[in-house]
Amino acid sequence: MAESPTHHPETTAVESPSAVISVKDLAKQFRDVTAVDGIGFTIDRGQTVALLGGNGAGKTTTISMLLGLLKPTRGTIRIFGLDLARHRHKVLGRMNFSSPYVDLPHRLTLRQNLMVFAKLYGLADARARIAELGVALELEALLDRRVGSLSAGQKTRGALAKALINRPELLLLDEPTASLDPDTADWVRHYLERYQQETHCAILLASHNMGEVERLAHRVLMLRQGKIVDSGSPDDLLFRYSRQNLEEVFLDIARDRRAAGAVAPQESLRVEDRA
Amino acid sequence: MTTAAFSFGRVGAMCLRHFYVLRGSWPRLVEMAYWPTMQMIIWGFFSTFLYQNSSWLAGAFGVLIAAVMLWDVLFRGQLGFSLSFLEELWSRNLANLYCSPLTPSEHVVSLFTMALIRALIGVVPAMVLAIPFYHFSIFSLGLPLGAFFFSLLLMGCSMGMVVTAMILRFGLAAENLAWFIVFLLAPVSAVYYPVSVLPGWLQVVAHLLPSSYVFEGMRAEMFDHVFRWDLFLASLGLNAVYLLIGLGIYLWSFSRARQLGLLLQVGE
Repeated sequence: MAESPTHHPETTAVESPSAVISVKDLAKQFRDVTAVDGIGFTIDRGQTVALLGGNGAGKTTTISMLLGLLKPTRGTIRIFGLDLARHRHKVLGRMNFSSPYVDLPHRLTLRQNLMVFAKLYGLADARARIAELGVALELEALLDRRVGSLSAGQKTRGALAKALINRPELLLLDEPTASLDPDTADWVRHYLERYQQETHCAILLASHNMGEVERLAHRVLMLRQGKIVDSGSPDDLLFRYSRQNLEEVFLDIARDRRAAGAVAPQESLRVEDRA
Repeated sequence: MTTAAFSFGRVGAMCLRHFYVLRGSWPRLVEMAYWPTMQMIIWGFFSTFLYQNSSWLAGAFGVLIAAVMLWDVLFRGQLGFSLSFLEELWSRNLANLYCSPLTPSEHVVSLFTMALIRALIGVVPAMVLAIPFYHFSIFSLGLPLGAFFFSLLLMGCSMGMVVTAMILRFGLAAENLAWFIVFLLAPVSAVYYPVSVLPGWLQVVAHLLPSSYVFEGMRAEMFDHVFRWDLFLASLGLNAVYLLIGLGIYLWSFSRARQLGLLLQVGE
């Protein structure tokens, strides 16, 4: 493969008026480790963007900063047009997340857990919303069981119900189908697609599942060592890397084999943002 | 959807979370009341013996029982605050909470409320059982009992904030602090004896603790039937200082946890 033009770390992104997330020059340094190194991107309403990268590429660190769980070393994050550093508690009520790194309390039933989070998010119709999610996510039979007694796949669906409890306009999903069997994982992806069509919410997805990314993502940000090294729609990346699937693109990027005739990521992002 | 800077609704949601835990686990409720009751029984028999052999105790039979019960208010308050926080770490739920609109201040107020509830669950059965066992009712202290209880609960919560800050900063490795930190202060809190018994330099330390004023006040009430406002106000003043220090340490620790990424992975 031919070398692409010199890559520069992504530091800017053109902000569109409908941007739900706008990140500029975001960086996180842990002592001598640079986890995220000056990335920038935007996500519009109704758009799904996937963060793709190997272990330690900076996906979870980026999501943690977007959730306000982690303070950036530098850079700005605007969510719903508000500076996250100053308006964290205003924006958190309009977004939600799911991650394999967190659990719901095992001693509580799923319904009790959802009731607590419904009240934390200030829902007026908590019971109705829980019943609605029970039906939508096929959790009705599990609602009154303790979370600790659920299987890994059932817990993942329960975590998804918690992530949707406040009808979020922005969903951050870290490995949303981890530990699900292929059938249930497919069912969850279908549900997420339907939820997005109905609500036009923005979704930021971190996943190692390339099939999932190809199916759900409108745009992919390829991360390596904390930098966005390439980006584009799944079709665009497949075309530029002359590959059959995203897994091969991922391996090319992970092993630093760059796309033939690839445009610089910054330019690529701008094209995406204009689109 | 609520996005107020401080919401009692979110405080209530956190209390509901702990109410569900307590409601669903009767062994926890029994455990909470078990030790205060055992302490009351042992110290009750000891008091009965001393009552017949000590002129000091003859002045107020229940002084040791009252002391042990009020000491448990401090211990259970601190423990209730810390354990309610630890529940979130044990269940890996902290990130879920801090990704919701819950603020650290609301979380602290909910922990304070749970400390009060856990302290009441712990000591009220012992207080009630002392009546048929020893014909001693701590409730006969009246309003001063409420003042002592309130002051010790505040002190327990200040200590709870420091303990949770340490756990937030150093993870579950600091968990044991919740169990023993309060006992560091027991010798200088003048629980069972006056401050004047202590060596001079320890008296200085004792006078920096709200608990020593509470227990001196309790003895004044029981022996002399006088509510010492000076002692109560001194304990409240010190509590105000320690609450501010505790809150400051907690918020600093929370901020550090956000810098170091500990909220997502705090644990062992």
